[in-house]
Amino acid sequence: MTKSFTLDGRIIPFEDGETIIEAAAAAGVYIPHLCHHPDYTPHGSCKLCSVKVNGRICSACTFPAEEDQEIVSESGEINADRKRITQMLFVEGNHLCPGCEKSGNCQLQAVAYHLNMVDNHFPHFFAKRELDASHPDVLIDHNRCIFCELCVRASREKDGKNVFDIGGRGINKRLIVNAPTGLLKDSDLEVTDEAAHICPTGAILIKRTGYLIPIGQRQFDQQPIDKVSLTTGQGGHEQ
Amino acid sequence: MSNKIRIATTSLAGCFGCHMSFLDIDERLTKFAEIVEFDRSPLTDIEHCGECDIGLIEGGVCNSENVHVLREFRRKCKILVAVGACAINGGVPALRNFIPLEECLGESYLDGIGVENPQIPGDVELPLLLDKVRPVHEIVKIDYFMPGCPPSGDVFWKVLTDLLEGREPSLPYDLIHYD
Amino acid sequence: MEEIITKISQRYDHDPVNLLQILRIIQAEYHHIPDAAIEQLAKLLSIPRTHILAVAEFYSFLHLAPRGRYELLVSDSITDRMLGKQDVMAYLAQQLKVPIGGTRDDGAVSLDNTSCTGLCDQGPAGLINGLPLTRLNKSRIDVIVDLINQDKPLAEWPRELFAVADNIRKPGLLLNNGIPLGEALKSAFVRGLPETLEEINRSGLRGRGGAGYATGWKWHLCYEGPEEEAYCDIETQRQLQRYVICNADEGEPGTFKDRVLLNSYAHQVFEGMTVCAAITGATQGFLYLRGEYLFLYDKLQTILAGRRQAGLLGSHILGQDFNFDIEIHLGAGAYICGEESALIESLEGKPGIPRNRPPYPVTRGYLGKPTVVNNVETFFAATAIAVNGGEWFAKIGTEKSKGTKILSISGDCARPGIYEYPFGTAIQTILDDCGASDVLGVQVGGPSGAFISDQEFGRKLAFEDMATGGSFMIFNNSRNILDIVRNFSHFFAHESCGFCTPCRVGTSLLKNQLDKIIEGHGSAGDVAALEEICQLVKKYSHCGLGQTAANPVLSTLERYPEIYQSKLKKISYEPGFDLDGALESARRMAKRSDKAAHLAQIDEHHD
Repeated sequence: MTKSFTLDGRIIPFEDGETIIEAAAAAGVYIPHLCHHPDYTPHGSCKLCSVKVNGRICSACTFPAEEDQEIVSESGEINADRKRITQMLFVEGNHLCPGCEKSGNCQLQAVAYHLNMVDNHFPHFFAKRELDASHPDVLIDHNRCIFCELCVRASREKDGKNVFDIGGRGINKRLIVNAPTGLLKDSDLEVTDEAAHICPTGAILIKRTGYLIPIGQRQFDQQPIDKVSLTTGQGGHEQ
Repeated sequence: MSNKIRIATTSLAGCFGCHMSFLDIDERLTKFAEIVEFDRSPLTDIEHCGECDIGLIEGGVCNSENVHVLREFRRKCKILVAVGACAINGGVPALRNFIPLEECLGESYLDGIGVENPQIPGDVELPLLLDKVRPVHEIVKIDYFMPGCPPSGDVFWKVLTDLLEGREPSLPYDLIHYD
Repeated sequence: MEEIITKISQRYDHDPVNLLQILRIIQAEYHHIPDAAIEQLAKLLSIPRTHILAVAEFYSFLHLAPRGRYELLVSDSITDRMLGKQDVMAYLAQQLKVPIGGTRDDGAVSLDNTSCTGLCDQGPAGLINGLPLTRLNKSRIDVIVDLINQDKPLAEWPRELFAVADNIRKPGLLLNNGIPLGEALKSAFVRGLPETLEEINRSGLRGRGGAGYATGWKWHLCYEGPEEEAYCDIETQRQLQRYVICNADEGEPGTFKDRVLLNSYAHQVFEGMTVCAAITGATQGFLYLRGEYLFLYDKLQTILAGRRQAGLLGSHILGQDFNFDIEIHLGAGAYICGEESALIESLEGKPGIPRNRPPYPVTRGYLGKPTVVNNVETFFAATAIAVNGGEWFAKIGTEKSKGTKILSISGDCARPGIYEYPFGTAIQTILDDCGASDVLGVQVGGPSGAFISDQEFGRKLAFEDMATGGSFMIFNNSRNILDIVRNFSHFFAHESCGFCTPCRVGTSLLKNQLDKIIEGHGSAGDVAALEEICQLVKKYSHCGLGQTAANPVLSTLERYPEIYQSKLKKISYEPGFDLDGALESARRMAKRSDKAAHLAQIDEHHD
């Protein structure tokens, strides 16, 4: 007999070792997320995939599926709180969508659309963050980094390079680059690296590709993130 | 005085793009005009707000005059709506928030390329710049938001008809855009 | 420098798990972590330089920019503040001619704030190059300033400047009955190890760090190891590496009992670890000592050496087929490392970021192996239980909280210090014993605990009522509750590791929102907005730090809503920043001072 749990009243089968989000995705149920990517070690930092498991809040991307769990994901309360967590990310960094070439392909933006977010709610930090345009093909705009560490994981786990890491502590965290100068141009990063393409926001961009597809015709202009996520098996893919 | 719904609009640190988009409700404008009357607005040239039902604010707050105008709107309008990316998060003008104001003014008036007779304008008629461009909700209480750069004509139509018909404004998925 | 770095790295076997220890020594040597050292270490340890940077930037006691040859830190904990910390800090800055948070131009001295140093019973306290300075006052500061200006090495400073008193005021069951060297291990072997674990179970001992997990069960789970190993035969299972870690990262503001236990009862703590190792099958132990307790390091090493000589550590302990030893690792200024999985990360030479759980450390802990992490006081108590039996301990206390609890009492009382009480003791009894009068309230369990008002002093010390890891801070009626809450909220924002969104962003939003209200810029909706942030941080944070970071606000908001309300203006909204101040640069550059060049904080036309 297959094992199963209940998610918003639906019975979801799972196999031993699967996390809640994996089992849900396999059954065609989207749970909002940003730091999660099925190809990489679960992280559990963005907290957008928070669900109530038998009354207790857990991250669906790290919490193991277990028999007879009663899980609530799409409740008014949880979605309202997910929206607030997304708004935290929007005021922490500097996310000015009209001037960002990732707009329409950005998972942060798409999750915010999905959660019906129309404002940023909190006071903005207006943190001063840097731009690293030194690399010939890849650009980092630290204003848009949400510390999901997907680039850190992709570089380590897929590219075998360790180009990125996270320095600092608390609200002063920052993405750091493995080069004596700290600049991307002096690192091992190549434009073909997975780490250069994995960023869910506009923090890491491939140069000269930003406007190949006009605004209005991009991934999340055409399909909401819940549909994209389930068809691509992840938050979205680079276009 | 007619008993039409009174609406005031203004553009603070914005580009008037939201106002242009407002006009994109096209032929629905005539329907609109039957129930709505405009108070202070770039469309009317009325200088100060009277008592209004709805105020639409385009643009963020970049100088002292913006603060005064925004406060006037808050005083006079029962419902205040932040319209567009700049009103909601500062938008493109807020890109200067990461450069000290001294450098911004210096580049423009003192040592930038092509500057003649370098001096910082000091006329008392001129509004002074705030050190940072702020979203309007950080200065006054805002009741509703219309995201977009600009929000489409359909967004204006949806939010305003909701308000006029006494509903809590809400935007369906396909009307929410930040770009 | 190259030679020195090589030597340091060699001493730690060029092993990346020792990175934090290596960086501590480099910081002490050069008063920062030089770029060249990072480059060299990356090669020696075969790790990316970003990993070294990440560690150096995570811990408060490590710096990338040079600090003074005398690095002076002053504890910014609320109890130090109540003892005059702000005056002390101002006087230090003035006499040393160094700005707070800065380094003097000649590079001699730097001055900064630090989180609670665990010297709350003898503050205002500070640290100089990691060593404690207690009872700071003007005359002591004059001496210190002279010594710094003469460039006198710390070794030649008068010892009394560094004197730390135990201040044991009320010893009880455990503190009165210290266990002689080796006695617990002998008892355990005579009785039998499974039988000794049974005694620990019978005692009802629960973790003394605050969370209160059943100690015997934790040891049992570690012995069992992960499920997939359970299929192995006993011999294979026995070979599985296991670890015992003593959590001496006593960072909760207001706690200092572990400092005293390690100063005066270290044998008994180490013996508890050794008993645990015998029971679980661990061969390696660690004492994770918070960086603030550097002054205990040499003394503890001597004690460990003595235990090895006495055959109580090392191989064939007491002639048994049992090998175990203990290493001491120092922290470097990060409250989060008190969280057991963050502590393990730190022990592995990484930033102290809490892990996702499950798996729990008992199955996957240090280097992925089954690991027991217990508090200093837990091991201390376990030693006594191993000798005296479970019943001896369990007959004291309450149904759910057996035995006694050692408290660190500080704040407004005549006799701050260490007190040991049976669980079930009323708060009022404790207040009477330490000479507290005119009490406004008590913070039980530190900032992450709860603030109780004078209406609640009948409540009892117990896991099921007032749980505490040991912090007990008393405030009299001259104190302002909002000052206390503000200090705690700033502390959490400073100590958040930044891993998860709700804590990283939320604790800073919470701090700013609270500041807005306290500074008088709050209006009607601002308390509700504060409470909303608190609930988000509490509900969604990854670990205990975030889950408790809103407690200071929430527990005072519940008890004293009128204090928050009284700060609010009767208007609909006020900006959270200084509006007129935001015009200052423009005013200065335009040389304006007319009326139109200013803005009122609130709309003057409002009615």
